[in-house]
Amino acid sequence: MVDHSPLHELTPLQASDQPYTAEQLAQLNADSDAIIARYPQKRSALLPMLHLIQSVDGYVTGRGVTFCAEKLELTDAEVSGVATFYTQYKRHPNGEYTVGVCTNTLCAIMGGDAIWESVSEHLGIGHDETTPDGKVTLERIECNAACDYAPVVMANWEFFDNMTPESTNRLVDDLREGAEVRPSRGPNRVCTFKQMSRTLAGFPDGLADQGPGAGPASLEGLKLAHERGWVAPGSANEVGGEHQATEQASGIQQENLPGTTQSSTEGHGTPEAAKGEQND
Amino acid sequence: MTDLTPILTKFWDAAQSWTLQTYLDNEGYQALDKALGMSQEDLVAMAKDSGLRGRGGAGFPTGMKWGFLPKPDGGPRYLVVNADESEPGTCKDIPLMMAAPHFLIEGVAITSYAIGCNHAFIYVRGEVVHVYRRLQKAVEEAYAAGHLGKNIHGTGFDLDVTVHAGAGAYICGEETALLDSLEGRRGQPRLKPPFPAVAGLYARPTVVNNVESIASVPPILLHGADWFKGMGTEKSSGFGIFSLSGHVTRPGQYEAPLGITLRELIDMAGGMRNGHQLKFWTPGGSSTPIFTAEHLDVPLDFESVAAAGSMLGTRALQIFDETVSVVRAVSRWIDFYAHESCGKCTPCREGTFWLKQIMTRLEHGQGTQGDIDTLLDVCDNILGRSFCALGDGATSPVTSAVQYFREEFETGMHTPWWVAFPPERSVLFDTKETVSV
Ligand SMILES: Cc1cc2nc3c(=O)[nH]c(=O)nc-3n(C[C@H](O)[C@H](O)[C@H](O)COP(=O)(O)O)c2cc1C
Ligand code: SF4
Ligand code: FES
Repeated sequence: MVDHSPLHELTPLQASDQPYTAEQLAQLNADSDAIIARYPQKRSALLPMLHLIQSVDGYVTGRGVTFCAEKLELTDAEVSGVATFYTQYKRHPNGEYTVGVCTNTLCAIMGGDAIWESVSEHLGIGHDETTPDGKVTLERIECNAACDYAPVVMANWEFFDNMTPESTNRLVDDLREGAEVRPSRGPNRVCTFKQMSRTLAGFPDGLADQGPGAGPASLEGLKLAHERGWVAPGSANEVGGEHQATEQASGIQQENLPGTTQSSTEGHGTPEAAKGEQND
Repeated sequence: MTDLTPILTKFWDAAQSWTLQTYLDNEGYQALDKALGMSQEDLVAMAKDSGLRGRGGAGFPTGMKWGFLPKPDGGPRYLVVNADESEPGTCKDIPLMMAAPHFLIEGVAITSYAIGCNHAFIYVRGEVVHVYRRLQKAVEEAYAAGHLGKNIHGTGFDLDVTVHAGAGAYICGEETALLDSLEGRRGQPRLKPPFPAVAGLYARPTVVNNVESIASVPPILLHGADWFKGMGTEKSSGFGIFSLSGHVTRPGQYEAPLGITLRELIDMAGGMRNGHQLKFWTPGGSSTPIFTAEHLDVPLDFESVAAAGSMLGTRALQIFDETVSVVRAVSRWIDFYAHESCGKCTPCREGTFWLKQIMTRLEHGQGTQGDIDTLLDVCDNILGRSFCALGDGATSPVTSAVQYFREEFETGMHTPWWVAFPPERSVLFDTKETVSV
């Protein structure tokens, strides 16, 4: 009934003998130099460089480890020791999309366990396994700081809030079919694993201005304060009030709500989708 | 009745709330101007006077922490912002950085100036890529507008800010593990002393502060220490973001003076979900001992929560109703600690492993007579004997749950939790198995 296997299996790093092409090496060198320049000491560049390796190879390869080691004057063992410590670094080829279901206590109880069981059965794969088409790698993830939107799912670390087994199955189907998928709080589309890894290496993808500032749950307290006329002492709108219009805000939310503009994404993590199926 | 005080959350509903322009429309970067006209000593004194205490969990006085840095010796000093937010239940820093990242950036500029730092770092967990984008963008905008970079506001003060993405490891939220991780190592805690104030990042004097602590600095500076002290309680001054999750009608972020009660907050959140009763809750994340309905009126400030046997922590209020099995909840938290234990010290590495074995037995209704005593005994051997607070935190849910719900652990000796507490009653969506309740 409950899956008690360890959350992250300890699989060894896969070696890769195939050398980088000259072109790849030139780009890796240029990007790594840019990363190293951000820090007073170059070893600090290691974590972003491992994200960079994943943006090229799709996981942390043996050749990637060697590249980082040479660049930072470390041993391969030192780099592997770091790469195997962190769960975001993959030890074998990853799908184009990592889909993570939060199964930490709060989300699990609010429905994360049911979502996990359903999507795992739907795809026929377990934790840290990838669909045969190479599209989706499934993971059980720990609390992702979105508990007020429980149960939550992540696709390449974009937020899908207030999910259900049905909306999660639709999400993975859409990802596999290549349909446009829009996170609840994030850019207008989900980037690939490699693109996302490049962003985490510190190379902006220009998507920061997409998506809402805050989702509905983040605004509950503020909304109530507006309704009751509560403001912080001495705040500019304590007297008079240039309330940043709840109406205006809800208008904006409407626009930004995932699924409202694109039919293919209907129901992915929208509060509406969840509420429609809610049962107290 | 306590009123909410939207300060850091005040304009989260604005169109494009994350932009520099929105921040400027809301007093943005005025505090930095003011700070740059003050002496460093006065800024540290102001932080001390305000009574601001760390919002990352431990509640250490922020001004005092800044004051611990040794006298300048000509070498670099660092500010490192802890944006690793991973304590289960905690979900305030992430929405803050997504909706209003400039609060943090301005706070970083002011704090850096106050402590004599010219290169600050924001260590954000890697699993929140859109937040990382927003932070990077905010830093970019702040550079372009002259709030960061060389000769800030024409005062000769220089500051670089690097936003650094982690790669998935709860322990990297522990401040010394965070520093090791930022140096490109496995994120494992360091022996203290020396404290980061003396030998932190690259063995140089370093201040590590939580996102919300640093974001609170601009409003305090702008409105004064007395304004801040006018909110909250005598020893827990000011405001904080309270995060409600779980079985309340409207989970979400509620910014209020410290000392507000859960009864008030649940009322604001529309009550418990339809027809259900509060069973147990965490005041400050999974590492803080659980409370029950008895504790609804405990003022949520550092002293009162401690006096009642728990910790204010990160104000991560995870709310569970009567449909939830305590054994199941605790067992899942223990899975988390066992998974996240960094392995550096024996009590935590081995202890969490054993706790997990026993909790799993109890979940399946296969517990043995001595299991409760063994659980408490293992906890006793972890608590106070671990290298860092992760180990201590792992014992909190176990010992507190046994204290309040011992009979459920006894049930675990013959009945699986899913028989005693069918899980479909707890979920927030309909399931095939459920008939409408
Ligand atoms: C296991 C563990 C995880 C922690 N995670 C975080 C975290 O994610 N964010 C945070 O600000 N503090 C975290 N802390 C607390 C930090 O060690 C440190 O006390 C805090 O960042 C100091 O900032 P403050 O004084 O502004 O609260 C954690 C502590 C431990 C032991
Ligand atoms: S208490 Fe746990 S997390 Fe902390 S150092 Fe020991 S093994 Fe690592
Ligand atoms: S428990 Fe799932 S996001 Fe926090």
